[in-house]
Amino acid sequence: MAEVRVVGIDLGTTNSLVATMEGDTPFVIPGVDGSNLVPSVVALDPISAQGGRPTVTVGNSARKALIQTPERVIYSVKRLMGRGLQEIQDELKLFPFHLAGDVEEGEVPRIQLGELRFTPPEISAYILRQLKRNAERFFGSPVTQAVITVPAYFNDAQRQATKDAGRMAGLDVLRLVNEPTAAALAYGLDRAKEGTIAVYDLGGGTFDISILKLRDGIFEVQSTNGDTHLGGDDIDNLLLAIALNEIHAEHGVDLRLHPGAVQAVRKAAIEAKILLSAEAAAHFDIELPNGDRYQREIPRAVFELLIEPVLKRTEGPCKQALVDAGITPEQIDEVVLVGGSTRIPAVRQLVDDLFHLGARGKRPHTELNPDEVVALGAAVQADILSGASKSTEEMLLLDVTPLSLGIEALGGTVARIIQRNSTIPASATEHFTTGVDGQTNVAIHVLQGERELAADCRSLARFDLKGIPPMSAGLPRIEVKFLIDADGILHVTAREQRSGQAAQIEVKPTYGLTDEQVESMILDSFDNAEADFAKRLLIEARNEAETILAAVERAPESAAWALLTGDEQRIIYAARDVLKTIKQDEDAAAIRNATLALDQATRRFAELMMEAAVSSALTGKTMKSAGEDLAEAVTAPHAMAAAEFK
Amino acid sequence: MFKLLDSAVPVACWSCSIGHNDSTLFCPHCSKIQPPPGGDYFSVFGLEPRLNLDLPALEHEFHRLSRRLHPDRFARAEENEKQWSLADTALLNDAYRTLKDPLRRTEYLLKLLGAEIDAGQESKEEKVARTPADLLEEVFELNMQLEEMRAARSSGNADAALEVALEQAKRKFSGLLVAVDDDLGDAWRAWDDGDIAARQAAQKKMVALLDRRRYLSNLVRDVTEVLGA
Repeated sequence: MAEVRVVGIDLGTTNSLVATMEGDTPFVIPGVDGSNLVPSVVALDPISAQGGRPTVTVGNSARKALIQTPERVIYSVKRLMGRGLQEIQDELKLFPFHLAGDVEEGEVPRIQLGELRFTPPEISAYILRQLKRNAERFFGSPVTQAVITVPAYFNDAQRQATKDAGRMAGLDVLRLVNEPTAAALAYGLDRAKEGTIAVYDLGGGTFDISILKLRDGIFEVQSTNGDTHLGGDDIDNLLLAIALNEIHAEHGVDLRLHPGAVQAVRKAAIEAKILLSAEAAAHFDIELPNGDRYQREIPRAVFELLIEPVLKRTEGPCKQALVDAGITPEQIDEVVLVGGSTRIPAVRQLVDDLFHLGARGKRPHTELNPDEVVALGAAVQADILSGASKSTEEMLLLDVTPLSLGIEALGGTVARIIQRNSTIPASATEHFTTGVDGQTNVAIHVLQGERELAADCRSLARFDLKGIPPMSAGLPRIEVKFLIDADGILHVTAREQRSGQAAQIEVKPTYGLTDEQVESMILDSFDNAEADFAKRLLIEARNEAETILAAVERAPESAAWALLTGDEQRIIYAARDVLKTIKQDEDAAAIRNATLALDQATRRFAELMMEAAVSSALTGKTMKSAGEDLAEAVTAPHAMAAAEFK
Repeated sequence: MFKLLDSAVPVACWSCSIGHNDSTLFCPHCSKIQPPPGGDYFSVFGLEPRLNLDLPALEHEFHRLSRRLHPDRFARAEENEKQWSLADTALLNDAYRTLKDPLRRTEYLLKLLGAEIDAGQESKEEKVARTPADLLEEVFELNMQLEEMRAARSSGNADAALEVALEQAKRKFSGLLVAVDDDLGDAWRAWDDGDIAARQAAQKKMVALLDRRRYLSNLVRDVTEVLGA
């Protein structure tokens, strides 16, 4: 068995990607359709109502279902991860899906999808499972470990929800990495850079700004800020609202009553937005259900005026990040742009102004595809964690916690115990005591945020310290240790110091699933993963065998065949006969070995062929690897398929 | 709280069983990572407690230790080593965050030495009660001006003269802040180089200076806030 692969995953609002590293180059693993991007869209198959478990589709095919069966499709689920009932209700005003009717306050909300209900982590798990399959198909071996990226400004609950999704998809999440930091890793890989860089990441649904110091391969985050509620989706919604209002006013049709039609308009709005990054104007031309046409021109100037309030919202976080890092815009050596929304010229102008780039003769970095750079960085971090590669052994990422951690004090104020932008892992130790004689419980309310009052911060969890030995009030001394791990997730331990007893802690997360709930939501297919996988592996091994056998059958037609000795030809035929027999068995590994043996036997033949066909540069290769070199893309489902003997 | 001095009690390494001093992050014999040591933040960097620190050297050591301790280096290690890597790195980060900042470093050392320092938020009454005697008059006037300015702002009137006065006050108090920092620097040297008596005198002085500094920087913050509104 080969080494265990760790893949890097960008679980995005709009698109998701899986990437890996080969040598010192990270690259995105394409899906079956050859596309690098898997749209973060999950659709429930119409037929799945016929009893049993649901059949879901993910990606482009799910996106197609959006217009026909919008009530069975969900997208942008990342915006719902780790959020409470009230927050989701606000969010859903902009989306066509609905909460399940029976959700209660304090539960993780579930989304109604056709006749079934799913929590946001379950939906994300389907996307992750698709990425996992794409990677397994590419490697030809199981993938069980991953690094997943999250917005830097994600809070504890959003991070935990992402980890839960990984577990449901059968992935051991070795690390959550902040998206802007991942982008910096991808950019920092090929050059020994020193200096201070800012990463401006405006994606589909979230905005992050991170400021990092690079030195000797150490990527030390100085500060981070952002808005988990700001991105390209907001721009789409602005265009969508204009179109829907005008259609209502001019044609008397309220499309909001037709979810499928709304999706068609949304699609047109997104296309217009993308076009406006390159053209001076874009056109809406939409056929309405009553046969009318809605036509409208949107000049770029109008578009820029429209989106200005959205873009302005990225200014505050950028300025705060600079203050927190203790630097001025001039001290930023380089700016990296991440996220599809940074293709908008007005965004680039804003970044230029914020960091005084043009005035200093600088330009932001856009060399790496802004849609892929986060996934590439995740692959770099995955490589660092697997510790196997020379190219990343000197690299180390030191990230920070984006939000301050506090506990509720008397009068509903917040006592801050870990400041935002502290390097993680970080810890704090606090002491608590009792207020009443014989008291055996102490409740602690943990919060995340920068506001002075507990009510204005985000509640993380309520901890109940139990089993305190009964003593006079004020006598027990309970030491509570808060630790934020390298994923940005909080852990709490407690000990009563006078008795030396470890206090029991009962944690009630304010938002989030319990361990048991996550366990019960592990995707069914994961149970069958082993069997499924063996089946798939066998099919792939047989396909490979077929390809090389066909090539050998045609070999005598080649002029190079005559150059082989009789012994060499006999060895090839012997290996061919072994493979033909073994191919009938169910043993994928044996088939692969026999294929490999035949491939080895044809080494000299391949060389002779190559010499004749191409240049001598390809000598020393087997038929298989020569075929790989000749094949243009890594996307070819089977490397052998390209090794044509012509 | 953390002990000021390294305890010399030998602890057996979990891996090679050879005894070592308990303030070490790695076993000196087999180099395996150890559970968090009991020493203070200074000892994490192999330093004696002191207030003047070579910051570039501190950063260099922080990076060197991070490379060895960070959980990224233990992603595929045994569970116990993973846990210690997490705890040790948290200790390293907490120590670096505290020591690299001059004020946190001073507060930390004073706390180690048993001083009571309240760095938390305080009520308005407590604040008035703690106004340094030499500043009473000016602070009183400044607070009046701040109130006036806030009132002017909320009614939409700009008062240019008041703004000038506030700018002036801001410069003055910022200047006083610099003076406090100079005095703190003197106290650091006195502590680092002094005998027991000199150290105790310096400690007392530093507690008072930190108090004054906190007061002044809150004032400057308030004025900046009102001016920037």
